Amino acid sequence: MMEIGLNHYLVLSTILFSIGLVGVMRRKNLLMLFFATEILLNAVNIAFAAISHFYGDLTGQMFAFFVIAIAASEVAVGLGLLIVWHKRHGNIDLEHMSTMRG
Amino acid sequence: MELYLYIALFSPLVGSMFAALFAASPKTSIAGIVPSFLLFVSFVASTILLVNILSGGDVVHVEMMTWMATGNLYIPFGFVVDQVSVTMMMVVTVVSTVVHVYSIGYMDHDKSFNRFFAWLSAFVFSMLVLVMSDNFAGLFIGWEGVGLCSWGLIGFWYHKESATWAANEAFIMNRIADLGMLIGLFLVYWNTGTLQYDEAFAAMPALAPEVLTWMGIFLFIGAMGKSAQFPLHTWLADAMEGPTPVSALIHAATMVTAGVYLVVRANPLYELIPHVGLFIASLGAFVALFAASMALVNRDMKRIIAYSTLSQLGYMFVAAGLGAYWVALFHLMAHAFFKALLFLGAGNVMHAMHDELDPFKMGGLKKPLKWTFIMMTVASVALAGIYPLAGFFSKDLILEVSLIEHHYIIYSVLLFTAGLTAFYSFRLVALIFHGEERYKIFGIHPHEAYKFVLIAMSPLLLLAVIAGSFKMTYFEMVTAVLPATEYHVHSVMMYWIMTIGTQLFVLLAIAFAYKKYANNAIAIPDGSSKMENRLCYKILKNQYYIPYAYEEYFVKPYRELSDVFWKHIDMKIVDASVDGIANIFYSTGEKTRTMQSGNLSTMLKWMVAGTVALLSLAVVYGLAVRYSDEIMLILSGLGVQ
Repeated sequence: MMEIGLNHYLVLSTILFSIGLVGVMRRKNLLMLFFATEILLNAVNIAFAAISHFYGDLTGQMFAFFVIAIAASEVAVGLGLLIVWHKRHGNIDLEHMSTMRG
Repeated sequence: MELYLYIALFSPLVGSMFAALFAASPKTSIAGIVPSFLLFVSFVASTILLVNILSGGDVVHVEMMTWMATGNLYIPFGFVVDQVSVTMMMVVTVVSTVVHVYSIGYMDHDKSFNRFFAWLSAFVFSMLVLVMSDNFAGLFIGWEGVGLCSWGLIGFWYHKESATWAANEAFIMNRIADLGMLIGLFLVYWNTGTLQYDEAFAAMPALAPEVLTWMGIFLFIGAMGKSAQFPLHTWLADAMEGPTPVSALIHAATMVTAGVYLVVRANPLYELIPHVGLFIASLGAFVALFAASMALVNRDMKRIIAYSTLSQLGYMFVAAGLGAYWVALFHLMAHAFFKALLFLGAGNVMHAMHDELDPFKMGGLKKPLKWTFIMMTVASVALAGIYPLAGFFSKDLILEVSLIEHHYIIYSVLLFTAGLTAFYSFRLVALIFHGEERYKIFGIHPHEAYKFVLIAMSPLLLLAVIAGSFKMTYFEMVTAVLPATEYHVHSVMMYWIMTIGTQLFVLLAIAFAYKKYANNAIAIPDGSSKMENRLCYKILKNQYYIPYAYEEYFVKPYRELSDVFWKHIDMKIVDASVDGIANIFYSTGEKTRTMQSGNLSTMLKWMVAGTVALLSLAVVYGLAVRYSDEIMLILSGLGVQ
């Protein structure tokens, strides 16, 4: 059986990142958009942790923790806004949120 | 002595500043009195310097401070009072003191009284810088300063279209000539490595004759502009738009003689290039005749005197061109006195006649304007060169010089011009003061000028009479720095024939002028008489059509060319490129605003696209850096550097 190395982690991270990107671009539901962003962040976290382990330097893993903490607070704020929006407009569809046209 | 130098130089500046303080406020007598007093102080200081030089004292040479010092270029603010500059200082301070006092009376009713004195004193300061500087750069500063003040004073009544036009004409013409002067200065610096008079002139004999010729020519072009020599002469007659004291001070006595001063000052240069000197003399003789002929038929009192000035400047250039520098300077001095007097007299007449300038509308003014009549007659006699007044000594000397130097053509031209001079001067005097009182139909009651004005003019009257007696003292003084050639006709017989002949000729011309214009029934030119329809009369009347030709062949094509440049180059190239850049931003903005659809999804897509673009750029750059050696190899293989 093949040993799992750094490259495998990086490939996984890239795949997850691409899925996240596609999600960000394609999803019309604001909630789904949050999920996609979470995927993006965690793809990066995987890369951080893997590279940190590879070099034996803890800085990367520490950074991953920061990302998780910030992501949590961001989601909390985001969900709060989302609920307010839903109460006002009755939907969370991106197509209806176009008041800032150029 | 240094102290007196600084007093003489800077008190007009202080006076100018003082008057300028009041420039925007209504007439304040003190703004006229203080500058006049300070000029008198300057005059006294100049006199002390003159006495010092006359009694054998040293030349005063000071270096006030460094102006420019870069590399090999060293130009100080240095001033020198030698025999030549002290003469000029005396002329400038005497005439300007008189003119300042005169102006207090003359400008009495002008609402810009204070501004007038600010300009006038500033002019005197610039003129003193011009004559006292010990280097060409300082001379040039003064040269430009007097040009500026002349502009401000010609256009003093700026609400008059003609005055502003004349001011601009004078300024632009002088700028054209100053370009020549500046090239001359560059040549001097280039070839001698200095602009100090003494060092530059000491280095000149070692230079190639062609270089010296070009230097002489370009410096003389500057002199031609300032002294209004042909073909840059048109501005002087138009400059008569300014107030009359200005005409007396700037456009007769001092500024226009700066060109003569330059040639006199640069005498070591012109000594080396006699062919340029001959050209200067020929041009001078031509201008003397040319200007005198225009004065014959003119109907504008001030213009007649202006043409006379032009003609006398021609005489001075003849003397300077033939190497008789001291004679040129002597005539400059004598001319300054009687011409300023003539102009100031004309100012009195203008005041009495409510600014009327046409002598054909005057006549018989000798009773109401008795003193002015005497002064103008004396000034005209001096101008005509009758013994024993100033003009006789200075002008006849120029005639003698040209004869002794064997330039018979120049001599005969000058002799003929002397007759013309006498004729037009007395034509003017006869028309103004004698004959019928033609002004009565205009309902004018002439009155003599203020007493203090007449008293202020009296020093000039005195000098116009006695200036000739200073000849030998003056000769001994200036020949310390100028070539001391004494001009004596070889035989005594010849001398008497010449002198008496000239005198008779001039007297005849005067008698003719009186006969023609002093009687009661003169023909007022109205375009009907036979003489006025002659071709030569028309040519003279229209100033040889030169102003017309300048307008047609220089001004109009220039204006059309400017029009073309404006429409085709400025609008289509300069403006178009500037507008084009702005339009690119406008249109990109217009097109890219559709990106801002407000749809979050679309914006996110753009964001992703941007990220991808930046990432790929980073990758390409990284690769390029990594494989730079190989890329260079391929490029050099393709023949690119």
